[in-house]
Amino acid sequence: MSSTAETIQTRTGATNGANVSLWMRQIAAILRLELKKNFFGKRSLLVYLLAMMPIGLLVLVEAINPLGRDTAQLPTVFSIFYNSLILRTVVFFGCAWIFMNLFRGEIVDRSLHYYFLSAVRREVLITGKYLSGLLTSVILFSTVTVVCMLIVFFSHFYSSSTRFFFDGPGFSQLFWYVTITILACVGYGAFFLVVGLFVRNPIIPALLLYGWEWINFLLPPLLKKISVIHYLNSLVPVPVSEGPFAVVAEPTPAWISIPGLLIVTALVLILAGTRIHRMEIRYGND
Amino acid sequence: MTVSSEQLIVFDNVSKFYGEILGVNRVSLEIPAGITSLVGPNGAGKTTLMNLMCGLLRPTRGKLTVLGIPTDQPEQLFRKVGYCSQFDSFPRGLTAREFISSFLLVSGFPRKEADELTEAALNRVELLPAADRKLGAYSKGMRQRARLAQSIAHQPSVLILDEPLNGLDPMVRAETIALFKQLAADGLHLIISSHILHEVDMMSDRVVLLNNGYVVAEGAIHGVRDEMDVEHPMQVLIRCNQPSALAAQMFGKTEVVEARVHDDRQGLFIKTRNPDQFYLSLNEVVAQGEISVESITPVDDDLSAVYEYLIGAQ
Repeated sequence: MSSTAETIQTRTGATNGANVSLWMRQIAAILRLELKKNFFGKRSLLVYLLAMMPIGLLVLVEAINPLGRDTAQLPTVFSIFYNSLILRTVVFFGCAWIFMNLFRGEIVDRSLHYYFLSAVRREVLITGKYLSGLLTSVILFSTVTVVCMLIVFFSHFYSSSTRFFFDGPGFSQLFWYVTITILACVGYGAFFLVVGLFVRNPIIPALLLYGWEWINFLLPPLLKKISVIHYLNSLVPVPVSEGPFAVVAEPTPAWISIPGLLIVTALVLILAGTRIHRMEIRYGND
Repeated sequence: MTVSSEQLIVFDNVSKFYGEILGVNRVSLEIPAGITSLVGPNGAGKTTLMNLMCGLLRPTRGKLTVLGIPTDQPEQLFRKVGYCSQFDSFPRGLTAREFISSFLLVSGFPRKEADELTEAALNRVELLPAADRKLGAYSKGMRQRARLAQSIAHQPSVLILDEPLNGLDPMVRAETIALFKQLAADGLHLIISSHILHEVDMMSDRVVLLNNGYVVAEGAIHGVRDEMDVEHPMQVLIRCNQPSALAAQMFGKTEVVEARVHDDRQGLFIKTRNPDQFYLSLNEVVAQGEISVESITPVDDDLSAVYEYLIGAQ
């Protein structure tokens, strides 16, 4: 009965090249399974609601009392809106929900063992799951970012906003906001994936990180650097004042903050990869 | 003939503790091909032993290999091993076909082969007509069969089944037992846990009896029973026309420990520590032609008796 299994083993286990091709196939299979769950599962409803929140709010505000009096104000208005609502709330909690559920959700559903009983390296499993969360969050929250910016600019000042985008810095700013959103998904995603893997009640570390990110403006420059938001804020195209009590720190240049965030993310995922090797499944205790 | 560790499941002094709670302790076993049943009361350590074999748990102490593969290498292990767990849960929103083929793809099978294997597995558990229905709409028995199909789909050499007959109706039960026997005849290792002793008795080549995390006995059922002869002499019921006369004749034999006439006066219970010698002696008595024997039935030469003696008494 084992002839097929042996054939596959011979076919897939022969060389490093074959291994890489096998891992790619496995990651694609994990992505298919996970993306279906992330976009169409019952748990995705909360993320959709969260994603719709800033759009709905903007539509409502623009209908009642427009955010800016003229186009010159709009970049600052959007920067504040993006920073406080989209980045710090929607992207943060959206990533928390999506990435924590990649493992924790399956532990709650008692279905994680099917992955652990498949002939797949656990590092490959983590990679596949992380990429599925990343794709989901990037697609959703980048869309939210773009739609919100377009609503802010185009709902009342169509011709000047068109000039702002086509003849001014509009597209460049949009590019940076989307980049920040993607980097936020990368960084927060890795953190929440690890938390969902190893912490029984992931809400507590999520709230702790949320608090830490919010008080970042009060922290001394050295401590500011131990956060995700500091590096993301450094990339914001229209800096906004953080208030009279803020401790001013030099923004980290993009050439440091982007690779730095990616490197830290990679390290966190490698740590998760080593820890998941020793992970046991005991649903009773979860 | 020596069997190498590549053909065995080997537990070498394996212990598993959940904090301070004992899962299994100092288990040393070598399980060859065929059907091996894990038997014991709730909390005896059956599922722990199975989860250890599948790498879902890691031993606190000791070493464990399945056909020579350490259990912490899933990419190797699950090309050879299939596990049908007790967890009655599935990834959400999938049909049985999607469920099986998805995890074959995760294991690295190419799409065409995954589809063929899925079809074959569904066919084997007779679930093809319902293959495209959502698992959430399945009955308990159908879900059990879906899990079974998933565990055999990649054609493993070792199949581990935790209470695989739970929730199945009598007809499907019989068919499933026949399937297990067929798989064992094909040379597979089947490790089955069950609390239905007569079914275990019917299908197992050997048993591992567990209690409170310890292996209390292991081997072929009759072998295990034979080893208990000193403490628990084997009991045989002889249906005959003159039980009292037979009792008088047999009681003189050294291998007979006890002879007691049945309440209905139509038979005789005999306890013996040496069944082989006892049957020879009985033949001699019957050959004299004075007593007519209708039937001879071992009363406690089965798993239920072994279980009762080893575990039930504790």
